[in-house]
Amino acid sequence: MAQPAISCRNVWKVFGPDPAAHVAALSAGGSGAAGHVVAVRDVTLDVTRGEMLVVMGLSGSGKSTLVRCLSRLIETTAGAIDIDGVEIGSLTEASLIALRREKMGMVFQSFGLLPHRTVLQNVAFPLEMRGMDRMARTARAREVLELVGLRSREDYFPRELSGGQQQRVGIARSLAIEPDIWFLDEPFSALDPLIRREMQDEFLRLKKQMDRTIVFITHDFDEALRLADRIAIMKDGAIVQCDSPDRIVLAPASDYVAKFTAGVDRSRVVHVGTFAMPLPPDAPPEGSPLPAGATLREIARSLVADPRPTIPVADTSGRLVGALDRNAALDLVLEARPA
Amino acid sequence: MTDSAATDTAVVRSTTEKGPRVWQGLLIAAVLLAVGQALLPPGLIRPPDWAILPFADWINAAFYYAQNELGLMQVTRAFAGGVEWSLDVTGNLLYGRNRWPRIGPIPWSTVAVTAGMLGYALGGWRLAALAGGTFVWIAVMGQWRWSMETFSVIVVAAPVSVFIGLCMGTLAWRSKTAERIINPILNIAQSLPHFAYMIPVVVFIGLGPKAGAVVTIIFSVPPMIRMTLLGLRKVPEEVVEAGKMSGATRWQLLTRVRLPTARTEILIGVNQVIMQCLAMVVLASFIGMPGLGQRLLQLLQALRIGPSVEIGITIVLLAVTLDRLSRAWAMRQPAHPEPGESWASRNRLWLIWAGLVAAAFGLAQLVPYFHEDERSQALSIAPPIDAGVNWFIGFVSPVTDWIRRVLVVWVLIPFRDAILWLPYTTVLAAVAALGWAVGGWRSALVCVGFILPIALSGWWDRAMITVYTVLAAVTLAGIIGFPLGIWGAGTGRRAAVVRLVCETMQTFPRFIYMIPVVMLFGVSDVAVLAAVMVFATVPIVRYTIEGLDSVPPETVEAAEMSGATRRQVLGNVRLPLAMPTILVGFNQSIMFALFMVIIAAFIGTQDLGQEMQRALSATDVGKGLVLGLAVAFLGLMADHLLMRWAERLRQAQRL
Ligand SMILES: Nc1ncnc2c1ncn2[C@@H]1O[C@H](COP(=O)(O)OP(=O)(O)O)[C@@H](O)[C@H]1O
Ligand SMILES: [Mg+2]
Repeated sequence: MAQPAISCRNVWKVFGPDPAAHVAALSAGGSGAAGHVVAVRDVTLDVTRGEMLVVMGLSGSGKSTLVRCLSRLIETTAGAIDIDGVEIGSLTEASLIALRREKMGMVFQSFGLLPHRTVLQNVAFPLEMRGMDRMARTARAREVLELVGLRSREDYFPRELSGGQQQRVGIARSLAIEPDIWFLDEPFSALDPLIRREMQDEFLRLKKQMDRTIVFITHDFDEALRLADRIAIMKDGAIVQCDSPDRIVLAPASDYVAKFTAGVDRSRVVHVGTFAMPLPPDAPPEGSPLPAGATLREIARSLVADPRPTIPVADTSGRLVGALDRNAALDLVLEARPA
Repeated sequence: MTDSAATDTAVVRSTTEKGPRVWQGLLIAAVLLAVGQALLPPGLIRPPDWAILPFADWINAAFYYAQNELGLMQVTRAFAGGVEWSLDVTGNLLYGRNRWPRIGPIPWSTVAVTAGMLGYALGGWRLAALAGGTFVWIAVMGQWRWSMETFSVIVVAAPVSVFIGLCMGTLAWRSKTAERIINPILNIAQSLPHFAYMIPVVVFIGLGPKAGAVVTIIFSVPPMIRMTLLGLRKVPEEVVEAGKMSGATRWQLLTRVRLPTARTEILIGVNQVIMQCLAMVVLASFIGMPGLGQRLLQLLQALRIGPSVEIGITIVLLAVTLDRLSRAWAMRQPAHPEPGESWASRNRLWLIWAGLVAAAFGLAQLVPYFHEDERSQALSIAPPIDAGVNWFIGFVSPVTDWIRRVLVVWVLIPFRDAILWLPYTTVLAAVAALGWAVGGWRSALVCVGFILPIALSGWWDRAMITVYTVLAAVTLAGIIGFPLGIWGAGTGRRAAVVRLVCETMQTFPRFIYMIPVVMLFGVSDVAVLAAVMVFATVPIVRYTIEGLDSVPPETVEAAEMSGATRRQVLGNVRLPLAMPTILVGFNQSIMFALFMVIIAAFIGTQDLGQEMQRALSATDVGKGLVLGLAVAFLGLMADHLLMRWAERLRQAQRL
């Protein structure tokens, strides 16, 4: 398997008077001293190149802190984080700055725009830090502003924009350097639903276009389902489950995870390929196969019309990959509550 | 079970009763010491000679060492040389001093036009009229040269102070150690009277404008440090993180993210620097700084009321203009230009300014009146003012004479004698008692720690006279200011007017307050008292309003609903809740009074201030600094007592 873009091993982040001792105590099975907050608890996680990992959890569950550890905005208390195979905890300040200038982008929950700079200057800021000349960086900044639909506002100052517009400036700024690794902390939370949907589409398009590794925080499960390759669900600093959306919906690891999925129309999430059983080796089902990449909801109509009890499932190349139990599939489609 | 509960309450009672017992005991001791002083050995009435420590000699030795052995003299002389060079340049430009670059003076009409344009850009027509009008007034009244002598110092000192303040504020923000060193220095620096700054500077640099400028710089740095620190602390973490993620180095973070984001606080610091500069530059006349202050000092000493009122108006106008301009600058938020605007329309203010300056310049070439301001061509409103004042004095002098006599004979002299009659041990015990009452043994120790060095410095009687003037003035200020504050609070409009008046009065350099009191009371103790009192009233009014207005309306409504009359609401609800804030006002009032007492000393008092002026003219650093520190310690002690008390009240309200 290729080297993961981000890899963390047993990462802890504890706030308090003596974080290291607290981690040692907790690791040894004790309860640690009072007055400490465990924001990230023993997280081990790999994100492969080009993957989009969505991190979910209630507020205060440590999502932002985890992402800040990944970008080394804060130092971890214990554990190691590799970015493209390099341990970032050991980087010197200069190489960390170089890494950020070349590879990383981040969008912040409360935008973090520079109040004394215009929209254009804000977006051009990372390019300025890279030492790009004025003409080039202005052109590039205009390009990304076009992308987020704010060309007409380029001379405005952040305080003259709505929350949603400010957030789009933040997104544009992080895109300006075309980061390989992109961290987004609830980037769409300030947007109204229509724009939000638009931005999500835009986002999916961008993701397809470029081979980018993305860590995306949200507390909106529908958003997570729309965007994610994998979803990591956090509780009290620990990742309780990290899996594909199908698996999260079909096999929640705990009641906590199940609560997140409770309001979801599962048939829209679960794909035929995941839901199918392995092919019975002796007698493979007959007839025309269903596409493995479709959701159950998408094939619901043909499922109802199809009389076969088990239906073959094929991937895009036409190879048979499994067999769908029609009754089980119908059950899942019919239990569906409105999303 | 019941047993332990009983002992618990017993413990509680004993701790709550032990406090009062101690401080009451101390108070009784103080009274006994005072009453029985006939029986006391003289060493307990006034500090005995052998106990008096030669602080002044020590300081002088230290200064001598720094001056001659450490070569500090070269450093300060070099710095002063730089300052002098800048003063020469601004002096040449503004009032045609015969120094490089020898192109001045700029016609006064261009300066006035520039000020007006600046006012317009920052705050519209009203500010334009104020700023432009101020300079026109100065020119028309024939005060251009003095004003520019003063102004040229501000133009040099303010930027230097801002720069030093920015650097030191950033340093304090970067390093905890630096902050721990700078903070206490700032606390003392801000309670040292103006004159205490002057003496060491005179020692190192000598008398004259150079020294005046250096004193002004030193005096105006502390607020800049504070505001820089505050601003840097307030920068939102996510903004900094965004800068880091953009790949900014530490230096880039500081200069392009942190400092610009702290813009508002930094500019408020600039505003304070400018106001401090003006206040100091006026006072620096005592060490030979020419300009408005020196003029005012001469006129006041000669009791020429009319011309001093003219100068006073100029100083006030300058103060208000500088304050409003710099505040408007701080409050200004950047705004985007309209899309599709042409270059000319974006830069129209610059273009108009350039046009106006050119026009004024041309006019000045044609009509000399608009170029250089000659004393001979000046208008003067002094004769009518003098006439009016004489008439007014004649009208009120029966009253003011009576006030003066009554105050002096029946209040001030007895009060002063009473304070001087007290043995120093009584004062020490009383101070300890007060400290204990508000904050336990710690506060008692702190207060004694502040007042004991004064006793040991040998300046006890002078210090007590200062205390008496301040106490008398603050008491009078309270009698006037407190009801005024109650009257001003509440209704929106009235409060706004009272607040505006207070704020404006606070921006005036303190020296100004001497004019009306000298006019009314001549050169006397009562004049000093009146000046101090007027100045000390301002914070009391302000904070009384502030405190009363910040009482939550629900609380007042609840009281009204339970049938309280307005007087009852005020007495039982609003005033007690406002009390901590009002105490802050009294605290500031005492600080102001202390400063003012020292300034007013040139009228002729017998307190620390007068000695300080003597030290100034003899350039006796040791004595001057000891006296200055004595004043600072008095202020810090009052500050400690009142703030602890306010803190206690606040805690009690929270319970
Ligand atoms: N700088 C800090 N100091 C102390 N506690 C912190 C700090 N930052 C975050 N925390 C705590 O860590 C926990 C996780 O916070 P955060 O990562 O912001 O949660 P989320 O982004 O999931 O809402 C919270 O309990 C929060 O109070
Ligand atoms: Mg968060």
